[in-house]
Amino acid sequence: MAELQLELKEKIIEQLSLEDVEVSEIGDNDPLFGDGLGLDSIDALELIVMLEKDYGIKLKDPKEGKLIFESIGVMAAYIEKNRTK
Amino acid sequence: MKGCYINGISNISAQPTTVSTTFLEEIVGHKEVIIRAFDPDYKTFIKPAAMRRMSKSVKMGVVASKMALEAADIVMPDAIITGTGMGCRQDSERFLENVLHNDEQFLTPTLFIQSTHNTVGGQIALGLGCKGYNVTYVQGAVSFETSVIDAQLLLTESPEQHILVGAIDEIAKNSTKLDILNGQLKQGECDWLTILSSGTSGTICSEGATFMVLGAEQSNKSLAQIKAVTTINDATLDESKTAIETFIAAQGIVPDDIDAVIFGNNGDQDFDDYFHNLQTSIFKNTEQLCYKHLIGEYHTASAFAFWIGCEVFKHNTIPEVLKVNEVKAKQYNKILLYNQYRSRNHSIVLLERC
Repeated sequence: MAELQLELKEKIIEQLSLEDVEVSEIGDNDPLFGDGLGLDSIDALELIVMLEKDYGIKLKDPKEGKLIFESIGVMAAYIEKNRTK
Repeated sequence: MKGCYINGISNISAQPTTVSTTFLEEIVGHKEVIIRAFDPDYKTFIKPAAMRRMSKSVKMGVVASKMALEAADIVMPDAIITGTGMGCRQDSERFLENVLHNDEQFLTPTLFIQSTHNTVGGQIALGLGCKGYNVTYVQGAVSFETSVIDAQLLLTESPEQHILVGAIDEIAKNSTKLDILNGQLKQGECDWLTILSSGTSGTICSEGATFMVLGAEQSNKSLAQIKAVTTINDATLDESKTAIETFIAAQGIVPDDIDAVIFGNNGDQDFDDYFHNLQTSIFKNTEQLCYKHLIGEYHTASAFAFWIGCEVFKHNTIPEVLKVNEVKAKQYNKILLYNQYRSRNHSIVLLERC
């Protein structure tokens, strides 16, 4: 799980162009949106595409993303449980 | 219309025009056919969170617009009009690469959203919170002049407005190189500073952004008045000469009343005859300037001539690096700008000292 969490942090920094953010600055339980990492709705769409492309998880309801993308920890747990690749 | 005054202007180009306070005293000579514009310190103008999705054209546009607004002492423009020949090429290219690499699946929204030509105008409006008129013109090498014409019309209807008018074009990793293959750019390295007498086909390429704030009333910030602008889609050598003579006559003046002419020669022997034809005839006794050997060619490069015109009025002198003949004007009150690209998209502009 720790390995997946690190992988997610690296992917988020790269794919969302968070150039000034280091992996060590993202806590496993920090909120990704709002006061935490400050991601927005366009980032949410990017993350939905990333889930499908990299882990084979297709979200049927985009509203699910609100819960899944709460933090790196929650996201990693969801991927671990539902991944097809 | 009361008038159309340039109350602030800024420029990002292949020369250090944003960092230097002098008028082209510091010149950088280039050798490669395709050269990127000098990057100002974007972080001093754009918050990192906002900047992370911005391509070069968006960053250049946002920064140049902020600099022009600051120069004009305007916080919020009433309208934003932008001109671009090719728009956000970098994100368009990356989006198409994703389409190919991912077999038309898993396409992320950011590149698609930001690949449209009006992205820069939109990002400037978002950053400022400007909900006014916002239009982008994509008209080849007269994209910027078309934006200026629209601003003139808008000022006729609403003379109280302050209008932000800008030009943006960027080079991209792959698509700009296509211009080498199709002969628009020169083959191999070349010395930019001597490009105007190259005697070869094709030109040199770069990118840049020029923004200005226009108003109908003259103020203590006014740098120049845009007396008239016209564009012609297609013209022969004789037609372009006649069009310029007609344009000048329509202003109630004769060619000798023009103190200096800024030409858009780009060193392409196949098309510079349009400029040579004028430089050796109606303007042979007029001071002549060229600038594309400094900033390269791109669809909105002609906006740089507006910046030069304002700088000439401001400094009352012309740097040697711009001069292409020996004639020296007694004063600089009226400056004519003429540009065309590969015999198309001709633009004629008359600037007058305030």
